[in-house]
Parts: sequence; C-alpha cells; structure tokens
Amino acid sequence: MLGLLEFDPSIDFKLLLAVLLIPLIGYVLQIFLRDKLPRGDWILTGGMGIVALITVFLAAKAIAATTAGEEFFHASSDVGMQFGWFYSDLETPAVNVIAGILYDPLGAIMLAVVGVVSFCVHLFSQGYMRGDKRYAIFFANLSLFTFAMLGLVLSDNILFLFIFWEIMGLMSYLLIGHFGHDPSQPFFHRWATWASKKAFLTTRVGDCCLFIGIFMFWDQFQTLSFTGLWEAGRAAVEANGGEFPAWMTTAGLFVFGGTVGKSAQFPLHIWLPDAMAGPTPVSAMIHAATMVAAGVFLLGRMFPLLSPEVLTVVALTGSFTALFAATIGMTAFDLKAVLAWSTVSQLGFMVAAVGLGHVTAGMYHMVTHAFFKGCLFLAAGSVIHGCHHVQDMRLMGGLRRKLPVTYICMLVCTLAIAGFPLFSGFYSKDQILLAGWASVGDIDHFGGTALFALIALPVAAMMTAFYMLRLIFITFHGEYRGNMQEHMYSEMIASEGVEGPDPNEHGPGEHGDDSHATHEPHEDPFRKNSMTQALVILAVMAVPGVAWVVHTWVGGLISIHTLYPSGIADWIGAKVPEGIFDPDSHMAHVAHGRALYLSLFVACTGILGAFYLYVMRRDLPAKITAGLGILYTTCRRRYYIDEIATACVINPCVKLAVILKWIDEKIVDGLVLLVGRVNKLAGFLSAWFDRMFVDGAVNAVAHVSQAFGAAFRLLQTGRIQQYATFAVGGGLLTAAWLILS
Amino acid sequence: MNDHTILSWITFIPLIGMGAILFVPRNNSGVIKLIAGIATAIPFLLATQVYFGLFDKKSAELQLVQQLDWIKAVDAQYFVGVDGLSLALIWLATLLMLVAVPASFGIQKAQKSYYALLLLLEVGIVGVFVSLDYFLFYVFWEVMLLPMYFLIGIWGGPRREYAAIKFFLYTLTGSVLMLVAIIALRLDMGAIGAENPFSIPEMTLQAGAGMLTGTGLPFGGHLLGMQFTTWIFWFLFVGFAIKIPVFPFHTWLPDAHVQAPTPISVILAGILLKLGGYGLMRACFPIVPSAFNEFAYALGILGVISIVYGAFVALGQTDFKRMVAYSSVSHMGFVLLGMAALQNWGMSGAALQMFNHGTSSAVLFLIVGVIYDRAHHRDLNGFGGLAQVMRKYWALTTLGFFAALGLPGLAGFVSEAMTLMGAYNSEREGFKTLVIISVIGIVITAAFLLWTMQRVFLGNLNEKYKDFDDINFREIMCQAPFLFLCVFLGVAPWYLLDWMQPSIDKLVTTLGG
Repeated sequence: MLGLLEFDPSIDFKLLLAVLLIPLIGYVLQIFLRDKLPRGDWILTGGMGIVALITVFLAAKAIAATTAGEEFFHASSDVGMQFGWFYSDLETPAVNVIAGILYDPLGAIMLAVVGVVSFCVHLFSQGYMRGDKRYAIFFANLSLFTFAMLGLVLSDNILFLFIFWEIMGLMSYLLIGHFGHDPSQPFFHRWATWASKKAFLTTRVGDCCLFIGIFMFWDQFQTLSFTGLWEAGRAAVEANGGEFPAWMTTAGLFVFGGTVGKSAQFPLHIWLPDAMAGPTPVSAMIHAATMVAAGVFLLGRMFPLLSPEVLTVVALTGSFTALFAATIGMTAFDLKAVLAWSTVSQLGFMVAAVGLGHVTAGMYHMVTHAFFKGCLFLAAGSVIHGCHHVQDMRLMGGLRRKLPVTYICMLVCTLAIAGFPLFSGFYSKDQILLAGWASVGDIDHFGGTALFALIALPVAAMMTAFYMLRLIFITFHGEYRGNMQEHMYSEMIASEGVEGPDPNEHGPGEHGDDSHATHEPHEDPFRKNSMTQALVILAVMAVPGVAWVVHTWVGGLISIHTLYPSGIADWIGAKVPEGIFDPDSHMAHVAHGRALYLSLFVACTGILGAFYLYVMRRDLPAKITAGLGILYTTCRRRYYIDEIATACVINPCVKLAVILKWIDEKIVDGLVLLVGRVNKLAGFLSAWFDRMFVDGAVNAVAHVSQAFGAAFRLLQTGRIQQYATFAVGGGLLTAAWLILS
Repeated sequence: MNDHTILSWITFIPLIGMGAILFVPRNNSGVIKLIAGIATAIPFLLATQVYFGLFDKKSAELQLVQQLDWIKAVDAQYFVGVDGLSLALIWLATLLMLVAVPASFGIQKAQKSYYALLLLLEVGIVGVFVSLDYFLFYVFWEVMLLPMYFLIGIWGGPRREYAAIKFFLYTLTGSVLMLVAIIALRLDMGAIGAENPFSIPEMTLQAGAGMLTGTGLPFGGHLLGMQFTTWIFWFLFVGFAIKIPVFPFHTWLPDAHVQAPTPISVILAGILLKLGGYGLMRACFPIVPSAFNEFAYALGILGVISIVYGAFVALGQTDFKRMVAYSSVSHMGFVLLGMAALQNWGMSGAALQMFNHGTSSAVLFLIVGVIYDRAHHRDLNGFGGLAQVMRKYWALTTLGFFAALGLPGLAGFVSEAMTLMGAYNSEREGFKTLVIISVIGIVITAAFLLWTMQRVFLGNLNEKYKDFDDINFREIMCQAPFLFLCVFLGVAPWYLLDWMQPSIDKLVTTLGG
C-alpha cells in the first residue's frame, strides 16, 4: 500500500504531463471537429474525469509523504524533463527560460481541486448548456480554461505561471462573452459583450503589474524558477542583514498587483460581479477553481519573497475587501450576484490570511472555498434552470419542495461558507480568524494591521453568514413568488429607492427560447440529471465528517512547515506570527481558543439574524432598508465604484486618445504638411524668380541679341551689288587709313 | 547555382520574373499571375533551403558571402551575405511576397504593371537585406521606393496620389540624409586607407577600433560644434527611423496604409517597416557605436513614446485600417526600446519583435482587407454583430487580435517579454522607468483591440451586412501561414531565436554591451 503511494518521478511526471495534455487535446479535437465528433462533450467530460482521478491519486501520494514527515518537492528538471524556451540550449540557464514541472504540496492540493471541480463543472454543463447554439465551442473553451489553470499550478517558474495566467484571461474573456454571440437574448447579448471586455481589461491591468514584478525579480536574481527565487530571496535578505532590500518591497507590491486583478481585490474587483454575464457553469469555474484562485495561489508561491511591508498591504487589502464586498452582498437580489460578492469577500479572507503570515490558512480556505463555492454556483445554476432562467431571488421562494436535491446541496454549502461548526468552511475560516488572533498576539510585529484585520474579518464573517442564509431563506423558504405580475415586479423595484432598475439584477433568462411546457419550477430526477449529480459530488466535500477527514489530510499536507523546502520554511518563520509558526506554544493555545469562540459566535449570530429577518419578521427588511436610505442605496449601487472607475480611468483614457489623435493629425502631421507647404511655396517663389530673373536674364540676352540681329539684318540684304559696294568701300577706307597713318 | 550565388538568385529571380511578365500580353492575366507566383515561390523555397540547409546556425559570422568588384571608380562592390538576423527577415520577406500574389487576385486594374512592380519591389527588399556594401545597400533601398510609390499611387484608394507622394517624399528625405552620411563615411574610410571603403563589415571593424571618427576629413572630425560620428549617427538614424516609423516621423504610415491596397499594406507593415529596424542594427549602430551609446537613452524614450502614444492614437481611431497602422507604430516602438537597452535579451527581443510584428500585422491587414472587400468601408462604428454571419472570419480575427495584443502562447508575447525583460535588465540608466511606462501601452493595446472586436463583431448585427459571405478559402490560405507562425513561435520561440542568437550576441558585443 505504501509502495503504491510513493512518488515515482519516472512515471508520475508523465502522469502530470498527461493531466496537462488531456484537456489540451480535448480542446483541439473539439474545436476542429465540432459536430463531426460524436458526443464530444462526453469525450471532454470523460477526459476531465481521468484528470480528476489522476490528480486525486497523486495528491494522495503527497498526503502520504507529508504525513510521514517527509519533504515533498519534486521538480521534473531533476529527471531531465525540462526544456529551454527562449533558446534550446540548456547550458546557460541565466540567459534562458527553462521550464519544467514542479509538484509540491501546494501544487498537489490545488491540482486535485482543479481536477475535481472542473470535472463537476463539465458534468453539470452537459445538462445546463444543452440546446445552446455554441455547445461544442463552449465545451472546448471550458477544457482549455482548465488546461490553463492546470498549467499554472504545475509551472515551475514564474514566467510560465504568467503565461498560463494570461491564457486563462483569454479563456475567461471568451467564456464570459459566450452569450455575446447569441442575438436571441438581447439583454445577455449586450451585457456579455461588455462584461467580457471589462473582465479582460481589468485583470490585464493587474497582469501588467505582475509582469513588471517578474521583470524586477528576474533583473536581480537572474532566475525565474520558484525554487531558485526562494533561495535567491533568502540569500539577498541574509546579505542585507536580515532585512528585505527596498526593491523587494516594490517588486512584491507589483506581484501583489497581479493578485489584486485576478483575485478581484479592491479596487480591481469590479470585473468579477459582471463576470456572471457568462453561463453559470463558467461562473462556477471562475469563482471556484480557476481564475480567482490563481491570484491566491500566486501569493502562496511568492509568499517567501514578500517583505513584511508588502504583507501589511496584502493584509489590509484583503481585510478591507472582505468587509466591503460583504456589505454589498447583503443588499443584492440577484442569486448569482450574491454569490459573486461572496466570492470577492471570501477571496479577501484568503488574501488577508496570507498578509497576516498564515499562508496555510489562506491556501486551505482556497481549497474548501473551491468546493463549496463551485457547488453553490452550480446549485444556483440548477435553480435558475429550474425556474426557467429567472435570476432574481424575489421571484423565487419556497423552492425547497420543488428542487430538493439542489436545496440540500445548497444548504450544506451555505452552512459551509457561513462557517457553521463542523462544515468545511468552519475549519478554514477558523484558521483565518486564528491568524487574526495570533497576529494580535504578535502585536509588536503586526501593529495596527492586526487590529484592523481582527475587526474587519469577524464582521465580514458575520455578514457572510447573514447574507448566505438570507439567500437560502428568500429562495427556498416561504411561498413561491414566480407568478408575480410584471407590473408588481416593476413596482417592487421602483419602491426600492434605487434610481432605475439595476440592469445587472434582472432581465430575461439565459435562454431566450424556452422549450419547457410548464412554468412551474422543477428538477429532473437525480438518476438522469447530470446537474444534480455534479452538485452532490461537490457538496459531499463540505459535509461534516467528510470535512473533518479533508481537514486532517489537507492540514497535514499544507502547513507552514511543509509548504516550502525546509531551509525556506525556517527562514519565513520571521514573517509568521509565533502562535502559528509554533503550534505548541502558549500563544498558539490562547489564540486557538479565542478563534474558535469567535468563529462560533459570528457564524451563529449571522445565521440567527438572517432567520429572524427573513423567516420570523419578513416585514422588517424593507423597513430597515428604507431607514438606511442613502447608505443602503450606496451599498446597493456597489459604492459607485464602477461609475468612479468609468469617470476617472476609462473616460480620461478615451479622452486622451481623442486628444492625441487630434494632436497627431493637426500637429505632428501638421508639421509635416507645413514643411510640404513651405517647400511648395519655396518652389512657387523660385519658379517666379526663375521666370522673372533667371529666365528674364536669358530672355534679356535674347532680346539684346534680337536687337543686334535686327540691326545687323539691315546689312544682310543678299544683294551682291550692295556687298560689293561694302567690300570695295571697306577696302578703300582701309587703304585710306593705311596711307594716312 | 552554388552556395556563393544563392543569395543573388534569391534576390534577382523576381527580376527575371518581372522581365518575363513584360513580354506577356496584357490581357493574359492568368499567365501573369502564374509567373508572379513562380517568381515569388522560388526565392521562398531557396530561402527556406538556406535556412534549413546551407546556413550554419552556430556561427555568428556572415555566411554565403559573394564579393565582386562592381564600380571601380568609387570602389563600390557587389558584396552580399547573411547572418542569423538578416536571414530570418529574408525568409519572412520572401514568404510575404509569396502570399502577396494570391492576396492580390482581387485587383483588376492594369494587372501586368502591378505584378511587374510587385516583383521589382521584392528585388529591392531582399536586396537591402543581403547587401553588405553600403553603396549597393543604398541602390536597393532606392529601388524599393519607386515600385512602392506606383503601387500606392495607381492601385490605391481615393486619396492615393496624396498618400503616394507623401510616402515618397518622406522616405526620400530620409534617403537623402542617409546618402549624405554614406558619402561622408566613404570619404572617411578612404582617408584611413580602408581596402573596401564601402563595405559595411569593414566599417564596423574600423568603427570598433575607434578609427572611423572623421579625423582624416578636411574638417577634422568636428562640424558645427558636433562630432563627426554624431552627425553620421543622426543622419542615418533619421533615415531609418522614418522607415520604422518612430515617433515623430510616423505620420506617412497611416496615410500610406489607408490608401494602399490590402496586399501592399501587408508588405508595407510586414516587411518594409522592418528595413528600418534592420538598418539600425546592421548599418547604423555598429558603424557609430560611440554615438549610439551616447544617445541610447534618447532612443529609448523615442521607443517608449512610440509604444504608448501609438497605442493611444490607435484607441482614438474610427477607421479600422488606420487603427491597425497606429498599432504598428506602437509595436515597432518595442524594437527601438529593445535595441537601445543594449542587452542580449533586449536585442534578441527587438529582432524577434520585428519578425513577429511582420506576421501579426500581416494578419491584421488581411483581416481589414476581407471586411473592406465586402463592405467597401472601414468605419469601425459602421459594422456590428459580424460574428453572427462570419464565424470563421471571427475566429481567425480573434486569433489575430490576441496575437497582436501579445497574449502569452502567441508570438507577440515572447518578443515583448524578451524586449522588456532585457530593457529592464539593461545597465543603462533610466531604462527601468521606461519599461514600466511602456507597459501602459500593452494595456491600451488590449483595450483598442477588444473594443474593435466588440464594435465590429459583437453586439447587434447590422442588417445591411446580414448576407455577407464568410471568409473564403483563398483568404484563409493567405492568413494561414502567418497565423501558424504566430502560434508556432509563441509556443516554440527557440526555433527562431537559436538561429539569431550568435549574430545578436556578436552585435551586442560589438556595440560594447
């Protein structure tokens, strides 16, 4: 048994390569053969199933090794599986990019998450996307999206991570814009088009920061591989007397810029809520295993290189985003919007954990979040599918009887995200709150950051519990409100006090042509319904018991001591609160106890609050929102960040472009034309001069000659007698002159 | 045909083809096209053979050299040869010309003269890349100018004459500056007793030894308060910079592009602009390295201005082709930035960027051509929803656009990353700031390409265009080789960089890096 669970580089790297190639081959097959491929969706889903199995199998090996206390770092370059990218020559790594696979605890767990979640999303899409006009293309893109994320996780160097990172950006652009090609749905059609552009451009701002960060690290260290960077970073810090050099702070901030973009942290979070313009499985993919997880994963990879100053910024950004997004999540009425804002908030938790030095908690929360958020989004998809593409929660209600499987799965995952005891999110969120207490315990080191985080994070956690249960109660409990008349719906929206209906929160469903005969919400039987099957797989991971097993395994796999090679692990100790770095210390016990009580308290308060407002006193929420007035509206309008971004960044850029275009045409080209005109004028003048003087001189010569000619012509008569007279006369005159002189 | 004459064959076979076309009756367009096809295919095959057979990619030396006496009175020679840098561009040039022939099948006006001029253009372009004698270089440089003038001026759009004259005069101004510099260099080479006073490699050697400073000339190395080398540098630089084109010498480009027929735009962006960058690498910087090092920061600034300014102006355009033309300005800015940094990756990146821009801009102009042939206008706000009727066209455009905006996995990214990383690593002062500023250009490039994508292909279908045919086989085949290169070199850049590396490294060493 143990022999089977030992990592064998000769075989297992080939398996990892297969993991990478299966979705890629699937993509190529699907994109070129499309309809010629019988059941291409099954081929891709099956391929992804194999990927999921391999990744889980390999993760088991990693768990076995780390549980046994071994170091688990495998680089394919050790067994010669690598290639030079810029040049084929491998002799001079300093002037080349040499790429290979790095398989370590962080990669192992992330890979398994991506494999499993992606498989579930594929499975779900078979039911959800059936009948879509671009079904085959959708599957192809989904596959390549997964490929990019798998590649990102497996990359052993930061440039290749960046490459896959950007390919993922492209795939998110194409997938979010999926409905941009379907004119039968005018609303989604328009929204998807600009939402996809917005997502790509917003994340690209972050990407370019990361790009610059990569330049800075490469410039100083002349290496791009993670292991090389960690070692070089340690050497640089040691050479600097234990302090991080100033440039590493700058570089670290730029790298963090990449995370801010990809993981939707304030202020670049604006793309993520609009990304739900894509089909719901894509949202699940983006919000759970790929894309947003990439930013957090990057923080995990680069954590040793981030200076304490950078970590302060990281912690503040994360804590703020967690709180900020949670407030918006409490006011949203679109089923997917609530989930989208909850993702932003949960990502804030992960980022804050890394910033507080508890990188493992951040990574662990990323893992549990991937499963329950994937499940939540797919469940939302199932609800939307069942309700014939209505997304507004106010048009739902009482669905628990009509969609039982979906309800149970969603409830489980809601309890998980709310941090209800024994569900998966409880374990990971507890770890993050632990980071807060531990850093407060280390207050000399963390100062105000720790206090801010320790206030913001529990409040955000409480809000999370509140709005997630609010979602459950509005959607699944009470009476079904889907038969509400059109005008009543408009009145309800109008009464809210928000100027004009928010285009992002209602509108026609995703599929214009509704083939269903009945308009009652429904759920297909489990046996034939790939959608609910996918839900159950993901929900199981959050169930108490399973969650505990996962917690034990993953806890053994990724701890602060296993995440990096031993030398690095000891070195990063300085940035990690003592209570976390040394689990046996007194401080650790104190912080553990406090974090446990705090997370119990916030989860229960939030849940009870939601129960009170949305089950017991349903009349209260409207009164409260009315009482909050502008505060509520601001929140509901997402603090006007989109408007601010448009006014302060996008419009000035477009304006600048128009101005520069004018300058280019009128001034830069104008100068050229001026030179042309001056030359033309000079030509004209010289032509005039030429006519008047040069040619005039010639003509004058001609005139003079003519005059002479005319005069002499008088002599040239052609008469011999006259000539003879001249000759004789001349001769006589000459003779006379000779004689006289 | 042997190793020593193969470059001459590559250069002059199109001339033979041109001669043959002149003997074909004008209404026999099939034969004309066939001859043009053959006369461009053979050089391409020969160039491929050189690439994969005759050329030693490990060597940094000039190879396949042919050196003959030519004009004895001024000691000009017929001196040709290639190294890794020029060979890559020759291969690209012959490929572009080969594609330009089928891409021109839509042209109906005066086909005989058109194809004849096209072949003459190829002679000029390839001639510049193989020349190692400055006199010969200049002759080919001017040979190229004339057919281009007629190709824009006769077969162009409504304002073709304005554009053609502007192109001609602008480029000629640059040429004249170059000519002055060449004559001065020739005299100086004569003064120091060089054996072949027009030979570019010999000038490089002399310059490297610090000999080429004009001290032997009547004015003794200084003129109007500036050093001889400074004069030479700026004269040559402006001559080449106009061709690249570098801000502020770029305004002829959008006019020429907008008026030129599609295949001519493809050639113009694909290879003509590269002559400027190539010229700087081969015949300007190594000849006056001291001045190059002195003004490198200025060049870097010009490069960054081109990148950012070009991108913003492209964002402001409403004409599809003008937008693509300005994107060329932006992309070619990377070439200048990479060269000025004087770092191995920067220089390799610049060379690779020239190649990759050749492929990606060719694709973009072909894309514009496809839509212009159908709609007869290029107003970006006048389309909409074309993805619904032209699916294949949309797919190819997506690939082309993402190649142009430097998406990793496609070729543009490799050269941009290499250029910027090299420039960031440069030992010169101030380049780190320049790199960070130039990254703005990358974001803006993505913005205008995606905005174009949205305006032309997405949104509601313009009813006028609902019967458009999708891109046809000929149009796909014209784009295919370039798209293939975009993907292939994006995944496996070492296939090209391995060939270039020795020559580039040698160049960097020569320049003092």
